[in-house]
Formats: sequence, C-alpha cells, structure tokens
Amino acid sequence: MKFSGMRIRKRSKISKGEAVIVRLIAIVLALIVSGFIIVAITKLNPLQVYAGIIDGAIGTSRRVWVTIRDIIILLVVSVGLVPAFKMKFWNIGAEGQMLMGGLAASALMIYVGNSIPNGLLLLLIVIASCVAGMLWGIIPAFFKAKYNTNETLFTLMMNYVAMQFTTFCIVFWEKPKGSNTVGIINAASGAGWFPPFLGQKYGLNLLFGILVTVILALYLKHTKHGYELSVVGESPDTARYAGINVKRVIVRTVALSGAICGFAGSLIVSGGSHTISTSLTGGRGFTAIIVAWLAHFNSFIMAAVSALLVFMEKGAVQIASQFGLNHNVSSIITGIILFFLIGSEFFNNYEVVFDNSEAEEK
Amino acid sequence: MDSNNVIELRGITKRFGAVTANEDVDLTVKEHEILSILGENGSGKTTLMNILSGIYRPDEGEIIVKGTPVTIHSPKDALALNIGMVHQHYTLVNVFTAAENIVLGLEGKQVLDMPQILKTIRNITDSYGFELDLNQKIYDMSVSQKQTVEIVKALYRGADVLILDEPTAVLTPQETQKLFTVLRNMKEAGKSIIIITHKLNEVLTISDRVAVLRKGKNAGTLATKESTVQLLAENMVGEKVSLDIKRDEPTNQKLKLKVDDLNYITPDGHKMLDHVSFEANSGEMLGVAGISGSGMKELLEAIAGIQTVESGVVHYYKDDDNEYTLTGMDPSQIRKLGVALSFVPEDRLGMGLVGSMGMTDNVMLRSYQKGKTPFVDRDSPKERSEKLIELLEISTPGTETPVRRLSGGNVQKVLVGREISSRPEVLLVAYPVRGLDIHSSYNIYNLLNEQKKRGVAVICVIEDLDVLLELCDRIIVMNNGRITGERDAKETTKDEIGMLMTSSGEMQSSTGKGL
Repeated sequence: MKFSGMRIRKRSKISKGEAVIVRLIAIVLALIVSGFIIVAITKLNPLQVYAGIIDGAIGTSRRVWVTIRDIIILLVVSVGLVPAFKMKFWNIGAEGQMLMGGLAASALMIYVGNSIPNGLLLLLIVIASCVAGMLWGIIPAFFKAKYNTNETLFTLMMNYVAMQFTTFCIVFWEKPKGSNTVGIINAASGAGWFPPFLGQKYGLNLLFGILVTVILALYLKHTKHGYELSVVGESPDTARYAGINVKRVIVRTVALSGAICGFAGSLIVSGGSHTISTSLTGGRGFTAIIVAWLAHFNSFIMAAVSALLVFMEKGAVQIASQFGLNHNVSSIITGIILFFLIGSEFFNNYEVVFDNSEAEEK
Repeated sequence: MDSNNVIELRGITKRFGAVTANEDVDLTVKEHEILSILGENGSGKTTLMNILSGIYRPDEGEIIVKGTPVTIHSPKDALALNIGMVHQHYTLVNVFTAAENIVLGLEGKQVLDMPQILKTIRNITDSYGFELDLNQKIYDMSVSQKQTVEIVKALYRGADVLILDEPTAVLTPQETQKLFTVLRNMKEAGKSIIIITHKLNEVLTISDRVAVLRKGKNAGTLATKESTVQLLAENMVGEKVSLDIKRDEPTNQKLKLKVDDLNYITPDGHKMLDHVSFEANSGEMLGVAGISGSGMKELLEAIAGIQTVESGVVHYYKDDDNEYTLTGMDPSQIRKLGVALSFVPEDRLGMGLVGSMGMTDNVMLRSYQKGKTPFVDRDSPKERSEKLIELLEISTPGTETPVRRLSGGNVQKVLVGREISSRPEVLLVAYPVRGLDIHSSYNIYNLLNEQKKRGVAVICVIEDLDVLLELCDRIIVMNNGRITGERDAKETTKDEIGMLMTSSGEMQSSTGKGL
C-alpha cells in the first residue's frame, strides 16, 4: 500500500463515553509498554513492580494519608494556575509563588511562633502565605498590564529570585549553625503546625484542598470576575469593546493565582514538612501546569490527574527500596503514562483514514 | 466527450468532520472561457477550488485534466498541470519587489538572471495589458497592485487555468473594470479563468458560464447569456428571493451626533483619521463608503469610545435635549451615562463576540455588570437569547452552543440582535452583512430599516456599493482617513462614489482632478 494512501482527518464528534474509553485504553497501553521496558531493563516481573508501587502509595493507612497530603498540594497549585491560564496568562511562576508562601509561613513560625496563640498564628500563616504569593504574582502581572512584557519569561525569572531569597533567609535561620538547613521548625512546641483534624494528622490539608477547589470552581463559573477573566482570555479586543478594564482584570486574576499558589506553600510548610529549603516545591509548580492542561481546567479531572501523578511518585520510593531500583523507574513509568494520555488527545480529535480508492485505480 | 474540456471534476466529495463541504460535485472548465463559481458563503466554492489547486484532497471523486485522470497532492502538482490559484489572502514578501516575488521559490540557477527574468515577465504583462511596475516593493503597493502581482506570478509559473478567489472583494469599481479587461484579454489568448464570487452583477458582466453551488452541491450550470440576476439568486438560494430593499423617507430628523474635526495617527505614523467632521440625524441611514483600511473602522471605534483620538470632539444630543461629549469616555462610561451607542464591529468573532462562549454569555457581555452581587445572573440573558432566537430566526442547537460553531449569518444575527435589544439612539454598524447569505443579508437590512423607522440614527459601513446606494439616505466617502465627499444616495451614482473612494478630497479633485 502506498503511504500517501493514509490520511488524518478531523473527527466529527466524540461522545464523552468514547473519550473516556480512549483515555483508559491509553493508560492500559502505557502500563503494557512500561511492563516491557521493566522486563527489558531489570528482568523483574512487571506485575510485582506494579504491586510494589500500589503498596508504596496506599499500602498502609499512614501511606494513604501522606499520599492524600501530597495530592492536595499538587491539586491546590493546579487550581491556582487555572484562573491565570484561563485568561491566557502563562503563569509558570508557581514555583516561586509557592516558595514565597512557604517562606512567609516559616518566618511567622520562627519569629512569633512561640509568642502568640496557635490559632491566631495559623490564621496569620494562611493570610501571610497568600499575600506573599500574591505579591510574587502581581509583579509580573503589573508589568504585563502596563508594558505588555512577556509573562512567561517574567514569571520564570521570579522563580529564581524567590530561590535566592530563600537561600538568603536560610543563612539567618539555619539550625544547627553551619548545616545550611533550617531543620524542623518548632519541633518541640509544634507551633504553627496544622493540628490534627477529625483525628487525622492531614485532615486539615484535605479540608483546605477541597474548599479551595470548590470555591475556585464557583468563582470561575458564577461570578462577574470569573466571566470577565474568560472574556479577557478569549479576546482582549472583545473585552475592551465591552468596557472591561483589561489591565485591572489581568492584575487581579494573577494576584488570585499567586495567592493560591502561595497558600500551597503554607500547606507544605505548616501542613507537611515543617521546614523550609529551596527544594520545598519539588517541581510541583511545573507539574501543576501539566495537571491543569491535561484536565482542561476541570476540577474533578485535575484531582484525578494529581492523584495519578502523586500515586506513581509514592510508589517509586517503595520499588526503589524493595527491588533495589533507582526511583527514576517510576518517573519513566509516569512519563510513559503521560505520553500516552497526551497522545490519546490526538485520537479524540482526529481519526486516521485509509484511501482505498487510489489503490484501486492503480 | 468535449474535446476542449481542460478540466473535468467528477463526483467530488469533501468532508471536514461532520461538515460536508462538497458533495458529488461535477464541473467542467473549457478553453477560452471565463467560468464563475457562484454560491453563498459556506456553499463550498473555495473548498472545491482548493481541491483543484492541490491544497485539499477529495474524499471521493476524480479530477481529469485534459482527458487524463490525475491525483493532485500539492499546489506544486497543480502548477505542473498548469493550474494556478490566487487566494483571497495574498502570499507576497513585503520587502521584495514585484519581480522578486514573481520568481520567488522557483527552481533554477543559484544566481538569478534578472534582466532575462524581467523580460519574460514584461512579455506576460504586455500581452495581457497588466499595469505593473516590476521594481516596486510590495509594501508600496495598493491592494489591487498586489493582486496584479499574484496573478502575474501564477501566469509566470505557467498557469493556463487561473483560479481567482473573490478577486473583486477588495477593489473599487474602477479597479474592477481594469481587472475584467485583463481577464478578457487572457481569455482571448486561450486561457481558462475561474472566478469564485457571490456578487451576481459581476457574474453577468464577466463570465461566459456560471456554475452555481448550493450547500456544497451542484445547483446547475448556466450560460450567462441566458441568465438574469433574479434567476441566479434563485439558483443560489434554492427559493424565490426578493432583491428589493425598501427605503422609507427619513422622518422627524433631528441632529443626533456631531463629529467635529477628529484626528488619529496610528503608532506607526499612518493618518487614519484626518480632520473628519460630519453630522448624523435621527431617523436617517447614513452610509460610509471607502476601500477597506481607509479609516472607517477607526471612525466608528472613535465614536464608540474604543479608539482614543489625537484631537477632535464627538457631540451627542440625547433625546432629553442634553448634550454630551463622548470623546474621552470609555465604552462603559458611555453606557453608564445613558448614552445608547451600539456598535457592531467589523470583526465579529474577534471583537464583538467571544467565540467559545454560548449565546447566553455573549448576550450578557454588555450588561453582565448589572446587579450588586458579585455573582452573574445568567437567567435573564438566557431568556433574552431565547427571544432573539425566535425573533431573528437564529438557527442554533441551543443557547449554550459556542457561537463559533454557528454559521456566519447566525453569528451576525446574535451580534446585531444584542446591540439592537439595548434600544439604542445611535446605531453604529460596520460590515453588517459581510459573509452572509442573501437571505440573512436582507434580514439584516430590514432590521436596520426598522431601527431607522424607530428614530435611531443609523451609521453603517457597507462594502457593497449597490446595497449602500439602495439602503442609505446619505453617503459620506472616506479615503486615507479623510472624508472626500458627501452625497445624497438617491442622486449619486456608483461611479461617482467609486471616484471619491480613490480621490484625495473634494478640494483637490475639483481643481486638478486629483487622480
């Protein structure tokens, strides 16, 4: 058959059910391909490796909660990116915004942690982390609105500024001296740590995560602000024509985006690690971009994608120790799954047809 | 069977997803003829020609060139078969000269033998009567000159069958005449010319045969000699159509809008508005004519508050006898003052509507700020959308279907409907029927007429001079940002308006015949 006989054609329409099936097939195919790769490289039984991953992520009640905690962090950052992305403001500065939020939380814990009531401290931490992240978002947004600077570069550079600033603070906060790390903050008093909620250490994280996600979904869908930012994103000219103050909407929306990412920073510091370092974010600010896009900004799907990614990451630690594998194996598997998932979008939009007519002619 | 059939298309079908652009279309093109392909927007004219010129490949059907079945994979294949196409959007390199553009991309020696090339090109231009300075840079050229370059380019590459997609859309009546002369010369020399168009008068003037497409299917091929405007329109639409625009005498005229000496220079130094002054009255339809890019868009935008101007004032006389100065206000301020100014922008989806949103969300674009809560109220816009659907016969699957998926006519109805539903006193419309089928166009004309009757001062920019002359009471003409003349629509002629569209203004043209 001639190669030119194969063509790609736009699909007329695909039902939701079919789309889900295509994605499920993609995941199954991804796992099969991963299986082959595992066998080829390690000679291990891929099923055992998969079992190891599952065990690592949800094998014990503690592991389940740690996985949930990390899912929530990734979800909150992803949710935070959505308003900016919907406005077509490519905020890739979530890393920096999270770091600034975490930094604000740490500063409060260190300087006033043991001198004010814990409830007030937690409230201040939440507010301060939001404000810090907001500030980190407003700076590039202001320049974008005023001088039409490129937000992609600007927000990216802000990440490095945040990182340097963190290094600078760690010089003052390091404990023990000379270790270049801050260690567990308020290890004895636990001041500024999220208290257990409903008997669960990470219960509060879960509650905050759900609240932020739901409130933001409502904000986008049912408020005037949400409407304005979609109009600005789709067509700034139409927005101007409708009398929307485009500059104000840009600054306001990115401020919100930054604030949520900053809040995610406090979820890590106060709700998880209780320490601060330049690697606080663990690249989540970038992973969240994938999550938001893969889910087409749908909150439910964002939760599902966050869960998948964190699940694989947690599983990785387990198989690394259980089979003596490098934990990058899990990154490979995650990569393969993402590749297939993103690739499957193509088949949701297009179909491949074969031209038989030509073959008959010749 | 016909030996002089250069091209035969048989049973061409082309689908894009659920949309069938062409279905079982047959077409023949002969030597020595000018063939018009007539059809409304979305009837598949351009798609069919894109298939012939190698841009698309048909899903079914065959293409026979000079008796041999062929497969055309690319525009290069098409040119090898001597088929060339000039698209609506030109593909010229701005900083190159005409000649450089014409030879661009052709295989040959590393070093161009320019004198020889110029000679060959000149042969072509002379034999068909093109007026073209081969050493002129593209950025110095008018739209019609650029079009000439595109046509010569196709001929230089050996095109014997030349396809022109809406060639007169951007030309003045005078330029159109020139183009037609050249096309006739080419026909005499044995070339076949295919013109894609939806202008009925042109079809009758220039072509030998007309192939009509309707909803992607053949709707008959007629010899021009035997057809009339009415007959063609009926073939095109598939039912009887009335082509009369009724024009009532303006009643109860009162000064509504006084534009006084507006000036605007673009950031890159073009004078888009140059001492523009005019008046508009209630109950009157004021037409603005001009070649696209002559400042009409900027003028309407300046009045609507979207475009800030360098100097000049727009006075508005509201029904309550108060006078307002619109200059310096932004669109929402204008609205808040109770000054009803409706604006149908030129670029419907780029500026008037949000393509990815449904009718409800688009209808509330002008009114979403109502109410004190931070939440938007979607119920009343939804009701209004449903009313508009009924009133204007908008065909859409529902109020939540993204307007991008609607046909051009329906998109326009959404836009005009929204603007009219705010009950304006001044209605500004730019290109209200661009891309619309005949039926929808006449619907829109009626809508505008109703507004005029209600006492609205209607100001409209319309490309089709025939329509402009029939619809409007008064016409102002713009060129290069200046108003070059004002005429009573009932007394002026198309030629006179056409002259004004290219003249440099009343003053100069009366003394030195400006052109």
